Amino acid sequence: MESPAVEIIDLVKRYGRSTAIDGLSLSATRGAVTAILGPNGAGKTSTVEICEGFRRADGGIVKVLGLDPSRPELRARVGVMLQAGGVPPAMRCGEWLRLMSRFHAHPLDPAALLERLGLTGHARTPYRRLSGGQQQRVSLASAVIGRPELVFLDEPTAGLDPQARHACWELVGDLRACGVSVVLTTHHMDEAEKLSDRVVIIDHGKVVAEGTPSSLTGAERQLRFRARPGLTLDELLTALPAGSAAKESPSGHYIIEGQVGPELLATVTAWCAAEGVTADDLSIERRTLEDVFLELTGRELR
Amino acid sequence: MTTLDLTPAPGAAPLPRMVLAQTGAEIRAMLRNGEQLLLTMIIPVLLLVGFSAAPLVDVGGGPRVNFIAPGVLALAVMSTAFTGQAIATGFERRYGVLKRLGATPLSRTGLMLAKTLAVVAVEVIQVAVISGVALALGWRPAGSPLAALPLILLGTAAFSGLGLLMAGTLRAEATLAGANLVYLVLLGCGGVIFPMSKFPDSVQPVLELLPISALTGGLRSVLTEGAGLPVAAAAILAGWAAVSLLITSRTFRWE
Repeated sequence: MESPAVEIIDLVKRYGRSTAIDGLSLSATRGAVTAILGPNGAGKTSTVEICEGFRRADGGIVKVLGLDPSRPELRARVGVMLQAGGVPPAMRCGEWLRLMSRFHAHPLDPAALLERLGLTGHARTPYRRLSGGQQQRVSLASAVIGRPELVFLDEPTAGLDPQARHACWELVGDLRACGVSVVLTTHHMDEAEKLSDRVVIIDHGKVVAEGTPSSLTGAERQLRFRARPGLTLDELLTALPAGSAAKESPSGHYIIEGQVGPELLATVTAWCAAEGVTADDLSIERRTLEDVFLELTGRELR
Repeated sequence: MTTLDLTPAPGAAPLPRMVLAQTGAEIRAMLRNGEQLLLTMIIPVLLLVGFSAAPLVDVGGGPRVNFIAPGVLALAVMSTAFTGQAIATGFERRYGVLKRLGATPLSRTGLMLAKTLAVVAVEVIQVAVISGVALALGWRPAGSPLAALPLILLGTAAFSGLGLLMAGTLRAEATLAGANLVYLVLLGCGGVIFPMSKFPDSVQPVLELLPISALTGGLRSVLTEGAGLPVAAAAILAGWAAVSLLITSRTFRWE
């Protein structure tokens, strides 16, 4: 059987006394998009950089395309997009991509790649004069130019404007369609939900949940609406069917959970009428990945 | 929108192609950088012209350019192999370029080979320009260029080792300041323009062990006095090269 794109078992990484990764295990299927989701400092970049061969693990097993990450033959088979930097600031971006293409046996045409990412007009612009979004696209282009089997993207859309973000998403979709395995890290729930076949949520260096985006959000639906903050929900709760829950989170946003159906909807609107509450943006929807994420990793800032 | 065939077709290019591509990029970066050109071309040529024309320093008998030219050639080697390479590599490390290149099929050995080839290529240009100007100023070199070549190569190895040692261990700003300071100090007391005999007898033996003094002294004995390969100077340079490259290979940090 073909080995997974990435297989990690009980990975441990320490920096001095602090443990960044604490017994993390995950597996990324070949030909699929796997998103690693987590708050800042959860261990996303450390995990990816160990897979890329930049850092050594302090414990556990890591296999990339079935091989130890330090194996030199992986450099041609794996494409890497760093979180930042990596391109000489004075080098023109067309020149950089031509250089990168020379390292590979069957590279993509640098000019075609520039065009695909909307950078044709900037081929002669030094990297340091590009905007943040343009620089990110150059890094993305460098990751795929060698036609790799597996691509690691570390926060590929951080700081991108909406157009650039969509261009990145489309490229990830095309990679997947062509059978390339993709492992990406992100904070953006919509990105993970939209792009990935599998989501791994990590926190404090451990996996706290994993599965397909829909298995993580579950089938359960919620009724949501916006209204003035600080409403007393006691009366609503007594009127709702048993087993329902109502909460205000965050302020001014109300969520009703339970058997969401016509009866519950009628109860809520009747209560609104009695209280003189105008409910805005009333909707019935499934939990989002963001809800799951915040439930698992907490709301406190870090 | 352009459709790209992203179907996996991985494979490394042949090593010579990768190394040549990287060498070309390194050469272009060096020739495009104004500060580097100032250091590697303009300052050496100005010193050559200025000190050959004006009697600013007593250099002993014979045309002044015969004394100055070998010193300036040595300075040119130091400016490219040591100062320029240290600063450029230090900033490549800071900007994550070395890290990023580590994720390509170009191996670290390949990268170092490319850097060396680029330094040698720039030195060829420097030697051509400086020799041309010196000949125009009336320089009549004695001795065989073939005896000077091993000195230049050993000097390149020694200065590259020292430059990479700084670039791989210090912060980029510290490398920038340090490499320029060392350049100035070695320019002043390595026999480039001021003859070693001008220094007090007590410090001369120490100064003569510096790589720049070995290179200037060696080049002068070949090109001015017509000697064969000066063994002592070659040995000093080989020693510096061996020690600095060994320490560099143990301490160099790529990130």
